Amino acid sequence: MIPELGHFALACAVALAFAQGVIGIFGPGLRDPRALIAAPILACSQFAAIAAAFLALVWAGVVSDFTVENIADFSSSAVPLMYRISGVWGNHDGSILLWCLILSLCGLAVALFGGELPASLRARVLGVLGLVSGGFLLFTLTVSDPFTRLWPPPLDGAGVNPILQDPGLAFHPPMLYTGYVGFSVAFAFAIAALIEGRVDAAFGRWVRPWALLSWCFLTAGIALGSWWSYYTLGWGGYWFWDPVENAALLPWLTGTALLHCAIVVEKRESLKAWTVLLAIATFSLSLTGTFLVRSGILNSVHSFAAAPDQGLFILALLGLTIGGSLLLFAIRAPVLAAAGIYAPLSRESALVLNNVFLCAIAAVVFTGTLYPPFANLFFGIQLSVGAPFFNQTVLPLAAPIILAMGFGPLLAWKRADFAPVLRRLAMAGAVAAVVFLAVAANRHIIAALGLAGGAWVLMAAFTDIATRIKLFRVPLGASLARAAALPRAAIGAALGHIGFGVTVLGIAGMTLAVQSVVVLHPGQSARLGGYSWTLTDIHDAPGPNFTQRVADVTVADDRGVFLTLHPSRRFFAAQKTITNDAAIHTNGFQDLYAVFAAEPTPGSAELRLNDHPMAPEIWFGGLIMALGGLCSLSDRRLRVGVPARRRKAEAGAVA
Amino acid sequence: MSPLRRRLMFGVPLALAVAGGEGFYILLRRMQAQDYDPHALPSPLIGKRPPAFALPGAAGMQGFSNADIAAPPKPMLVNWFASWCVPCAEEAAMLGKLAARGLTIWGIAYEDDAADLARFLASNGNPYKRIAADQQGTTAINWGVYGVPETYFIDRNGIVRWRYAGALTDDVVASTLNPLLEKYA
Repeated sequence: MIPELGHFALACAVALAFAQGVIGIFGPGLRDPRALIAAPILACSQFAAIAAAFLALVWAGVVSDFTVENIADFSSSAVPLMYRISGVWGNHDGSILLWCLILSLCGLAVALFGGELPASLRARVLGVLGLVSGGFLLFTLTVSDPFTRLWPPPLDGAGVNPILQDPGLAFHPPMLYTGYVGFSVAFAFAIAALIEGRVDAAFGRWVRPWALLSWCFLTAGIALGSWWSYYTLGWGGYWFWDPVENAALLPWLTGTALLHCAIVVEKRESLKAWTVLLAIATFSLSLTGTFLVRSGILNSVHSFAAAPDQGLFILALLGLTIGGSLLLFAIRAPVLAAAGIYAPLSRESALVLNNVFLCAIAAVVFTGTLYPPFANLFFGIQLSVGAPFFNQTVLPLAAPIILAMGFGPLLAWKRADFAPVLRRLAMAGAVAAVVFLAVAANRHIIAALGLAGGAWVLMAAFTDIATRIKLFRVPLGASLARAAALPRAAIGAALGHIGFGVTVLGIAGMTLAVQSVVVLHPGQSARLGGYSWTLTDIHDAPGPNFTQRVADVTVADDRGVFLTLHPSRRFFAAQKTITNDAAIHTNGFQDLYAVFAAEPTPGSAELRLNDHPMAPEIWFGGLIMALGGLCSLSDRRLRVGVPARRRKAEAGAVA
Repeated sequence: MSPLRRRLMFGVPLALAVAGGEGFYILLRRMQAQDYDPHALPSPLIGKRPPAFALPGAAGMQGFSNADIAAPPKPMLVNWFASWCVPCAEEAAMLGKLAARGLTIWGIAYEDDAADLARFLASNGNPYKRIAADQQGTTAINWGVYGVPETYFIDRNGIVRWRYAGALTDDVVASTLNPLLEKYA
């Protein structure tokens, strides 16, 4: 009964979404105040309907209702409760329902927090969101129905894919989806602004908090996914340039560009058409990333097996959404003229440079990802584009960004002078040079460049803050008072750059990683990274829905044993699958990583031992970046949402 | 910039998106028509006979050469495997089922040690009618073997019709191998 109610709620949501779309977009032309109020109300009801449908599916998963095909195929009563819930979105149909839920959540957020927007703009933004949502809900309802019944039901479900039974993966998809889907709001703002024919400073101010929020989620989601693949797949790698990873990276790159150029729109009323295009491109790439990748066109480890008719439906939806918005862009955008002017050397120009490089990287990644299917289409050849291509093309483009990132925040708006900036950055340059020389002395040029780049970005961001609070130029107390009064946006921006610098340090440090594959009998040991790794025992251990073989490995340095690792091999009987559960010991700056790969002969263990310097910094940096975004957002809300309160607070501070 | 050129420039994103969408449409149609498989690893042997080789037997079984599989009495599989390969051990049960169904399977042990091989067959079962040893791995290079396990379907004329890289699963057998067996029976 509950699944039918969910199905019915889904059908209601389709109707509500299309009503929201049509009334939202055309309502403001009717000059009827009721039409302007209708869109927010419809957005709230649409969310309620989808939430009901989603909860119905989760309920079916929790109680293991195997008459629902989706649950029978991808869940099992033996699986722990958390994975029975997360398993609901660990498959194609369920994940699209989650996607629609988050999209309607975005509409709800605009309806609730968009009170400051002009009523007609809010209605149109909600209208655009409603149309997009309606299309994908229709897809869910017709060809990708998660509530399809199965009769007779099997005694038990097929189970959750073992490698998805992990806390990291329970949270990774919702977070990543929120990032993807959140850009729909920036997209809806861009379309609504094109419909209204007005893009001004206010547009930049309105669109930026939404873009920033989704950027935070996307950053955290990508970092979480990368961390998950690091510790579960047991390869010791953290980024594989797999099409699905690239699909997440592309909106991140254009979204980062969008964040930066929206500042220019806000400050100078320039780069308007470009900002609108980036907002469209970012959401289009999010859509393409979520759906087209999963249609199976790209050879990826992530693709769910989707039927080709679903692929055509999706393609039609993407065509309408992306094609329609770009058509509107081609018609309306040419009349958007820049208002403000700025010198070639200024903060604005630095932001343009940032956009050029970010979009160049995005273009390279895009080309590399889509080349295999299109090479097949045009030249009839089968090939794959892998990590060597991306490493060789992306790194040369990342280097100038890293260099320019240090200068950008210190340049003045409108017209800047280079000499004082250089003087202020002398310290950061010196630190970077020392790091380079120290590491290059050991003949690791690539690592030296990377670590120096990371140190440079970090130090430059600290210099930015130090300059603003006049550190060491006024008494420390006065500096701290200035720090407390700094706009949150400035702190957020510095944190964002610091986080990126930390990630660069991590990636550079990982190039110094050493690993070895050894076959040991209990009692034997191997040397790696200055440590002695000894296999002491191999034994069986129980697990909730798997059995496992555990290897006990002690690690010793000159002073003796300081650590015991327990890598295991898990056997999931239901799926006949073996996973290698890596044992990782971290001290925050270095990971010791052991994988129990196989038992080549009875009584011996094939171990993959790794020493990963700086590895934790990769994800730690992502976390700092996301926190920086949230910090900046807290400032924005004060300025955009409650200007009156801010003014009052300032007056109080003076008194 | 002239107004017309400006307008044309703003149409470039649309043109690119339309071209990309068209390309994806064609690819999806070809996938539907089973004309395009993005996951396929192309084998140079499809539609040809395997290149000349003559490998000695292993684990007390008879080896074979390219002449021995030039005209089998009925379609057969040649399975590349190794005792040190984990997926091969997982695949063994599937091969055993196929052999029990009466399908002829010949194995080639890739860069393997005789004692390890004997232990592997003892613990995982032996579905093979013959086992040849490619000790140096040179025959594997000539065949274009991607990794073990790997399975080749050879028809009555000794021509390779299908190659599968990775362990055979129920899905692969049901969706691809069974239709091939019917087609070339």
